Amino acid sequence: MAIKVCAEPFDPWQEIQIHQHSANNMAGKFGATSIFIGTMRDFNEGDDVKGMTLEHYPGMTEKQLEKIVAEAVRQWPIIDALVVHRVGDILPNDPIVLVAVWTSHRGDAFDASRYIMEALKSRAPFWKKELLKSQAERWLVKNTDGYL
Amino acid sequence: MSIKVRYFASLKESIGRSEDNLEFSGLATVGDVWHSANPNKALPDNSLAAVNMDYVELNNVVNDGDEVAFFPPVTGG
Repeated sequence: MAIKVCAEPFDPWQEIQIHQHSANNMAGKFGATSIFIGTMRDFNEGDDVKGMTLEHYPGMTEKQLEKIVAEAVRQWPIIDALVVHRVGDILPNDPIVLVAVWTSHRGDAFDASRYIMEALKSRAPFWKKELLKSQAERWLVKNTDGYL
Repeated sequence: MSIKVRYFASLKESIGRSEDNLEFSGLATVGDVWHSANPNKALPDNSLAAVNMDYVELNNVVNDGDEVAFFPPVTGG
């Protein structure tokens, strides 16, 4: 299991490859990999967005992400999981978050990755501030429920 | 007892500080910590609180050396 908070841009596909190749006991064991990547849009709530700053609470972020992954491990037979999240100044098209889960069967991979992602959205202490094309800045107020 | 208080995101901007260091004598809750640090400002309704990086309710009692944090709903992902 690995959790990373990145202050620099990251390539989610490279992160997945590196993680999968460096994990020792996985080869031949996993039959399913579920991957979620969240990417920054250039629009939100009807406005053009030209950038974003992602603030976080160092230490608490990692602690909460570790708890969330541990909860998923208790609920599903996860072989491995990787969570990567950007912080700092972000531009449209930059990846923001990666959740990858390796399991034997697809149902567990889908369900566990969804669980991790939704829990991250509601509990991991990150905050987004958008910079609009109009030069106005605004904090996002609340994440929407991904199950609605 | 000494309590470190931290603020994040829009809450940090609205009060104009990122942290406080407070001294208490006797029993204090997380809610007491907010009122002591910000006597003229109510904690916004939707705020979240943490002690030592775990989520807590405002009636949670604090201990010497605790780090208490207040912040708005999280918007990562």
